[in-house]
Amino acid sequence: MRRRSILKATLASAGAAALPLLSRPFAARGAERKVLRFIPQADLAVLDPIWTTAYVTRNHGFLVFDTLFGIDGSFKPQPQMLEGYSTENDGKLWRLKLREGLKFHDNTPVLARDCVASIRRWGARDAFGQALLAATDELSAPDDRTIVFRLKRPFPLLPDALGKAASNMPAMMPERLANTDPFKPVTEMVGSGPYRFKADERVPGARVVYERFEGYVPRTSGVADWIAGPKIAYFDRIEWNVIPDPSTAMAALQSGEMDWWEQPTFDLLPLLKRNNRIVLEFPDPTGTPAMIRPNHLWPPFDNPAIRRALLGAIDQREFMIAVAGTDPSYWRADVGFFAPASPMASSAGMGVFAGKRDFDKVKREIAEAGYKGERVVLMLATDFPVLQAMGNVAADVLKRVGFNLDVQAMDWGTLVQRRAKKDSPAAGGWNVFCTAFSGLDQFNPAGHVALRGNGAKAWFGWPTAPKIESLREAWFAARDTAEQKKICEEIQKQAFIDVPYIPIGMYFQPTAHQSSITGLLKGLPLFWNVRRTA
Amino acid sequence: MLGYVFRRIVTTIPVMAVVALLVFSLLYIAPGDPAAVIAGDQASPEQIAHIRASLGLDRPFLVRFVDWVWRILHGDLGTSIFTNLPVSHMIAQRIEPTLSLMVLTLLLSVVIAIPMGVMAAAKQGTWVDRVIMVLAVLGFSTPVFVIGYVLAYVFALQLNWLPVQGYTPLADGFWPFLQNLILPAFTLGGIYIALIARITRTSMLEVLSQDYVRTARAKGLGFGTVLFVHALKNAAVPITTVIGLGVALLIGGAVVTESVFAIPGLGRLTVDAILRRDYPVIQGVVLLFSFAYVLVNLIVDLLYTVFDPRIRY
Repeated sequence: MRRRSILKATLASAGAAALPLLSRPFAARGAERKVLRFIPQADLAVLDPIWTTAYVTRNHGFLVFDTLFGIDGSFKPQPQMLEGYSTENDGKLWRLKLREGLKFHDNTPVLARDCVASIRRWGARDAFGQALLAATDELSAPDDRTIVFRLKRPFPLLPDALGKAASNMPAMMPERLANTDPFKPVTEMVGSGPYRFKADERVPGARVVYERFEGYVPRTSGVADWIAGPKIAYFDRIEWNVIPDPSTAMAALQSGEMDWWEQPTFDLLPLLKRNNRIVLEFPDPTGTPAMIRPNHLWPPFDNPAIRRALLGAIDQREFMIAVAGTDPSYWRADVGFFAPASPMASSAGMGVFAGKRDFDKVKREIAEAGYKGERVVLMLATDFPVLQAMGNVAADVLKRVGFNLDVQAMDWGTLVQRRAKKDSPAAGGWNVFCTAFSGLDQFNPAGHVALRGNGAKAWFGWPTAPKIESLREAWFAARDTAEQKKICEEIQKQAFIDVPYIPIGMYFQPTAHQSSITGLLKGLPLFWNVRRTA
Repeated sequence: MLGYVFRRIVTTIPVMAVVALLVFSLLYIAPGDPAAVIAGDQASPEQIAHIRASLGLDRPFLVRFVDWVWRILHGDLGTSIFTNLPVSHMIAQRIEPTLSLMVLTLLLSVVIAIPMGVMAAAKQGTWVDRVIMVLAVLGFSTPVFVIGYVLAYVFALQLNWLPVQGYTPLADGFWPFLQNLILPAFTLGGIYIALIARITRTSMLEVLSQDYVRTARAKGLGFGTVLFVHALKNAAVPITTVIGLGVALLIGGAVVTESVFAIPGLGRLTVDAILRRDYPVIQGVVLLFSFAYVLVNLIVDLLYTVFDPRIRY
């Protein structure tokens, strides 16, 4: 046998041996039945859901921590960790009773004093929590299973506050952790939720792992709906794989390496739709309302007449088409100051968005209102396609109505620093930027930070709107939904006068998963009730 | 020789000190506020200021710099502002994927590019030379992410031979480890192969015109022996230089490649840290990369003596 023949035979055998390995489908890797592989919207950089309002941390929070109440699909709070509750003294005394057998992940029992400490820590950071604690005279734990709120005044929304799904989620944690300064992160992830955080498997920026908590006691009654009802964990293990590049995330989903991609980008939806093994859903009916936020401290937007005039130039459709494309099922263009899915939403004052947009008329109104050609600095975040799209449309509108516009492109990290500056635009401040919130955050006045009008203490842009503030206070004391709704109509009417921000529409963020994954709940990415069927 | 190595190592100290000062100063003046990123979009300015103070970010430049240098001198790279994990731990978690990717890329590139360059020189002016040079120009001109997407589309999505993304540690088996790195290594290697192939060709052309090559041929030595034993060794010094300098290219390319293939390496750690303004992590990684670069250059200098005994230190 010649040397060349031996070489040929060796190569052929090696090739034959390697073929089965090469042809092994990689989909098989993602098909381990008891493991759910998930691509989150962003890296889970911060673990403490009280320390940050980041949505990714809130989602993580609902895996690890449980809440006393939980809102359901009709946005009504239902007892979750609670067996029940009662009110006395004309709504000024609340007794909440914990369910039996609740345990933290360190296998210590959940006690009422843990919850009291957790509520205090959450209430120091969350706007709804702050309102609740401001109305509270005494918060105590008379025994291991009873939490007592003694209030200064009735606060009918107490269950709504303690069952909110928006950031900051009211996480219950052991007292030893809940006593941490609310402005410092807790050092351990010990909750009483259906999944346990695996600190030893965490690779920041790449991978987060959870395993089912065998000691979790789900509710025995009701149906799983949003964050209410029984939380039954079907997967043994949940793996969050951070894939920052959308094309790679899509390819990983298409190849079957991943089961669920939380937030596919709009430009990739047509490709995903063509794949019959992938299901697209729009889980959050509250959507993502977007806004133009003006700085109320500096000209020209310190002038309410100019802000009001600008409303006449806004066509929400234009903004939403730029964000999510021409398919109108992906967005809404009739959005006021509350998320349209909320019972607090109304058409009060919405006439300003009706009819054809007349830029010349708006230009004249702005001039009449006293615009003197001051430079308008628009901060444009370029690293989030959605924000960049709405920022570009805003720039176009502002130019067309005659503002002396200076568009300054920057990354989101720079923008969030700069928007905190109260200096004049010439000294490094700003005039306007675009952003978007989860509809849950704009569901009612409680957590709606952009609608606050408390001046220097308000969210960036610092509007002063005393009437909105007094209406907000009245809303907390309202006795029923009808009264709340009426107040919210008044708030919206006033908001169209004060214009703390300009609503520019709302888009629905899709989620994509393998068709074998079923049982996804509405609202936010929740991991109980989800199972693999095929 | 040992004295030279010692002197070179000592000279890295001022280099690292300058790098440290530059990195710290640049980050200090760069816009961005980690406290604002941590607090999230709905946090009030008051809450952000509170977090900033709790992180010590409101302290003066000099205090923060001295504190950082003092900790580094004690072997402590600090703690990530976001994850609360030690920077050294985060780097240790991420170094294996990056190192594996770079070593595999280096091996593939050398194994592919040097024969390509030698063949192009040996067949100068023929179609072989032209094809190799066209490939080299393509390798130079095509962005890393384009090569990555094309390879992933063909070999992962269409043929389903290799995974789209991720990393499997070597401890979990050699084949799974290799499967995850083949596409990224070819992606990252494209520009590197092109660079080495072109330099090899140029260097070989110069050597092939030397008298001793003609003598070797006249003696009746085989074509391969003349090329790879006699000529290549003498052409190796510039090739080694380019391989060494190209490590900087690899470090830059690794950032993109790791993002495209979702490899949890140092490149992605750097990008994430920059976007969030996680200063201790950025500083730690940049110091590490700088040190690695200085070290690679030292190794290249030492390799010169292996390829050319006339070089003495």
